[in-house]
Amino acid sequence: MRNRRKKFGSVLSNIYSYLVYLFLYLPIFVVLLFSFNTSKRNIVFEGFTFEWYLRLPDNDSLLNAYGNTLFVGCISTVIATVIGTLASYGMSKYKFKGKGIIDILLYIPVVIPEIVLGISLLAIFNLSNVPMGLTSLIIAHATFSIPFVVFTVNARLAGFDRSVEEAAMDLGAGRLKTFFTVTLPIIMPGVISGAFLAFTLSVDDIIISFFTTGPGSNTFPLKVMELTKTGVTPDVYALTTIVFIVTVAVTFLSQRDKKKPVKG
Amino acid sequence: MEERRAIVEIKNVNKIFGENHVVHDLDLTIYEGEFLTMLGPSGCGKTTILRMIGGFEEPSGGQILVEGERVEEKEPFERNVNTVFQSYALFPHMDIFNNVAYGLKMKKVKKEEISRRVKEMLALVQLNGFEKRYPSQLSGGQKQRVAIARALINRPKVLLLDEPLGALDLKLRKEMQLELKNLQKKLGITFVYVTHDQEEALAMSDRIAVMNQGYLDQLDTPEKVYEKPVTRFVADFIGESNIFEATMSEITGNTASIGLEVGYALGLAEEGVTYAPSEMVYACVRPEKVLFSQETIEGFNIKGVVREQIYVGNIIKSNVIIANGQTVKISRLDIDEVPKVGERINLYWNSDDVVIMKSRGYQIRSVIENASLGGN
Repeated sequence: MRNRRKKFGSVLSNIYSYLVYLFLYLPIFVVLLFSFNTSKRNIVFEGFTFEWYLRLPDNDSLLNAYGNTLFVGCISTVIATVIGTLASYGMSKYKFKGKGIIDILLYIPVVIPEIVLGISLLAIFNLSNVPMGLTSLIIAHATFSIPFVVFTVNARLAGFDRSVEEAAMDLGAGRLKTFFTVTLPIIMPGVISGAFLAFTLSVDDIIISFFTTGPGSNTFPLKVMELTKTGVTPDVYALTTIVFIVTVAVTFLSQRDKKKPVKG
Repeated sequence: MEERRAIVEIKNVNKIFGENHVVHDLDLTIYEGEFLTMLGPSGCGKTTILRMIGGFEEPSGGQILVEGERVEEKEPFERNVNTVFQSYALFPHMDIFNNVAYGLKMKKVKKEEISRRVKEMLALVQLNGFEKRYPSQLSGGQKQRVAIARALINRPKVLLLDEPLGALDLKLRKEMQLELKNLQKKLGITFVYVTHDQEEALAMSDRIAVMNQGYLDQLDTPEKVYEKPVTRFVADFIGESNIFEATMSEITGNTASIGLEVGYALGLAEEGVTYAPSEMVYACVRPEKVLFSQETIEGFNIKGVVREQIYVGNIIKSNVIIANGQTVKISRLDIDEVPKVGERINLYWNSDDVVIMKSRGYQIRSVIENASLGGN
């Protein structure tokens, strides 16, 4: 009796976890499926075709938007990672007045509604005559990414033993040399996950991009938003599918790397 | 003793952190090739002194000279001393070869020479073949050896060691003590060693600097520090001691008659030291030097009752309570040689086994210190 109830429970919890995964992946699967649909309208699946994939190279505005997204993503990630890492390092190394307040100020952009940040950035750009376009997008994306980099690097620095820096200096390395040969390699995992986070946030972003972009510099998410007004075509699905597959591949590769013997 | 060359000279150094006066007016000369240990409880300033020699702290006042050259303002990487850190501080992202080679790489030594010297160094600390391993794959003792090799490969004039054996278990610690001592003898490099473990200090050092609340209480050979402590703190900290508050009453030849709180005893008056009549002193006798008898002994009158017996493996201890409630410790190698529990005995000792210390010491110094601070 008790055994049977146990078994029933385990079957139920299995079903539950399958449902969770189904719920997570079904929408993606639908997009994947419809990217091979012969019909332009995504209500019924009429037949299988590679047409949309083959026609992608001709869709200049879509590819252009995607190019912009990658460009803005890469540059803003580099900027946010460098600034965020240095900020985190400096704040963990030195004690100064008002440090507590600066710590809290870093959290604000994370919790503040994006729409507020978007409007504020727009106002600032207008006031300071920053040309609206890729430049303003990069600045905006770097701005909201910096705190996330600071947090991930902070987490890594929390377990960092300062005496290894002293050891490096003791052995004849100057301060810069110490940072690049000892500190940076040790906090690298934090820096890299911060960079990944920054890149993901940038590539995804709609609201802040909407306020800070200019004519002719659409990003992919903005372009898709625009298309929803006239109907999303399967070539968008095709591009999305490619992005999804690349992301999955990268994730799997990075997870496989993690299982190598620990060196740090 | 032959004339020795000073390698580190610390002149009137003070260190103040905020309101903490950590090192007081320190004068200390360290000679070439010696093994000098700074010994003291935590917070006595010993590590701070080491860090000032290494360049990680700047003295608040005074001078530090290495090979006759002032270094207080120099960066750690500009000094010809190397440090073995308490936590080892190995570079976790580098294999053992690169850890040990780090100092030579910074000096831009040629590749072939680096690999030759790393090999030599690893052989010296008995870690041949460990080049490709990472610190996380080593045991505590092995990490310790890597840290030593990494420091020694730079052929420093002085090696600073900050409680290097603190994290090891007792057996390994004893082994490493011997190894370190032999290594130091073999290489002839000056070792400045910091520890709070008095046994370690006694076993390894040529000289011990006993630190107490930022003051250097005594600087001497291990034998002298144990046999002739100069302050009550040193007597108490190094080994076990019975310390009596006493007054000097009569000195005939070099035998001093001293009055205790309960009874009286004989002691050895240091030659060349003068005492005021009835001067307050401390009389210190090691537990193994305390004798006992059923009869009264001439010149002594200390009566006590044996309270307990403690067996600690290699020795047997007896605690004797005397009239004022003070516990006097007696230790012997054999159970038949200690008094039995409940026995009433008379305590005495050979007058040259007692050390009489003037009742100066850090307590008085810190009172003066505080008074002058308050005056400002």
